[in-house]
Amino acid sequence: MTRRFGSIVAVDDVSFEVARGEIFAFLGPNGAGKTTTIRMLTTLLQPSSGQIELDGLDIVREPTAARRRFGIVFQDSSLDFELTARENLVIHAVLYHVPAAERAPRIERLLRLFDLWERRDDIVKRFSGGMRRRLEIARCLLHTPAVIFLDEPTLGLDPQTRNQLWTHVRTLNEQEQVTVFLTTHYMDEAERVAGRLAVIDHGRIVAQGTPQELKEQTGSDSLEQAFLKLTGTQIRDDDGGAGKDRMRQFVRGGAAR
Amino acid sequence: MGIIYILWLRQLKRHLRSRGRVFASLGQPLLYLCAFGFGFGGVYRRAGQGDYLQFLAPGVIGMGIMFSAVFGGIELIWDKQFGFIKETLVAPVPRWLIMLGRTAGGATVALLQGLIVILMCLALGFRPQTLAQLPLLALFMALVAIFFSALGTVIACIVADFQAFPLVMNFLVLPLFFLSGALFPLGQVPAALALIARLNPLAYGIDGLRGALTGAWHFSSVADLAVLGVLTLALLLLASHLFDQIEA
Repeated sequence: MTRRFGSIVAVDDVSFEVARGEIFAFLGPNGAGKTTTIRMLTTLLQPSSGQIELDGLDIVREPTAARRRFGIVFQDSSLDFELTARENLVIHAVLYHVPAAERAPRIERLLRLFDLWERRDDIVKRFSGGMRRRLEIARCLLHTPAVIFLDEPTLGLDPQTRNQLWTHVRTLNEQEQVTVFLTTHYMDEAERVAGRLAVIDHGRIVAQGTPQELKEQTGSDSLEQAFLKLTGTQIRDDDGGAGKDRMRQFVRGGAAR
Repeated sequence: MGIIYILWLRQLKRHLRSRGRVFASLGQPLLYLCAFGFGFGGVYRRAGQGDYLQFLAPGVIGMGIMFSAVFGGIELIWDKQFGFIKETLVAPVPRWLIMLGRTAGGATVALLQGLIVILMCLALGFRPQTLAQLPLLALFMALVAIFFSALGTVIACIVADFQAFPLVMNFLVLPLFFLSGALFPLGQVPAALALIARLNPLAYGIDGLRGALTGAWHFSSVADLAVLGVLTLALLLLASHLFDQIEA
């Protein structure tokens, strides 16, 4: 896939495959084209050219059907803080056409799985950051997607919560064969959790493979070291959304319907 | 459809759970009723126009509905800032359906506010001329609620953040209200003001409310329904189009 914004090529002929049931990490420095790629993968942006296939569906041609096949946990919370945990899940179930008879059982199962059943009727506003993240992951699984996208899922969480989260994700991945596509800046986590990964920089894939392969390829002891060798040590400033705003001018009407 | 219902329900729950907001939004109509109603009452009667409260009440009812609807629509900015909007945008649901659910919810909340304002007016001595026009009253209330709910959505789609609130209030909402015939009869104003009123959608809504409640029509029931109906439809289409363009 390729994506241009005017004369800027944010994503330049990026190509990769993720196998069913894989945990795949998508890494890259700020401004590398990571977010743009993910937005294209999740039907929030149309590629300028290229083809995206998810669970056998052409995303660009059938975005609505594709949306039923994946779940996403955004970096910024997309919960309604004024509603309870259960109410949030019910909304999701309705939006994703979960059959009415299945809603309550699935909601209960997922809330119990993520240790949130006791707090099901509590307003989300009162949840801790870790609990909210767990709720969001529980929510994205409600419609039994084939793939889940996790955008920086452990950002800002303490080690215990992070550990618990990954345990849950790995269990789900093993038990239900849910494919996991994640992004993270925590290289140690990517190394531990991901089966395969890709590194994007300046809009292009600069490396692809297992963590071990990347380490060997760059002669590094850790994935973090490999990453720094691949993308350089120069700081890429997060432009605080200014670049995003600039891109926004070009993106009006660019989302896949 | 279940989707419209669940989003409608969400708006309602959010509103009813914030008790502070419910009471605060009723303070303004009450203030206008008391300050203007009793303040100008004597002068109005001496000018031979009769009971000012009777004249004012429909205007204040319209105000209650309008303000509630607009700010309900603007709640969209809140969702944009706090992220819930993303959940609806990435769902396998067409955007216009999402917008309809939100608008229905916002309009319903506005109608509830309108009903409470009606009760306030009755408590202060307002008496409708007849109850036969109740369906017509309900229709006008609904149209005003939907129109301004859609307007709130349109504003929320154009405006980036909460900073624009005071601008919207002072340069759109308040002028619309003050120049709508809610507070003074349009029969005796200078030509310029009369013209502005004729271009003001709220004027037709207020006239509809006033006509249905007290039998005093400035335009006519047919004109009011036609103008408001067409404008509401047009605004819904615009809101739907803009909502379509929102970036998650």
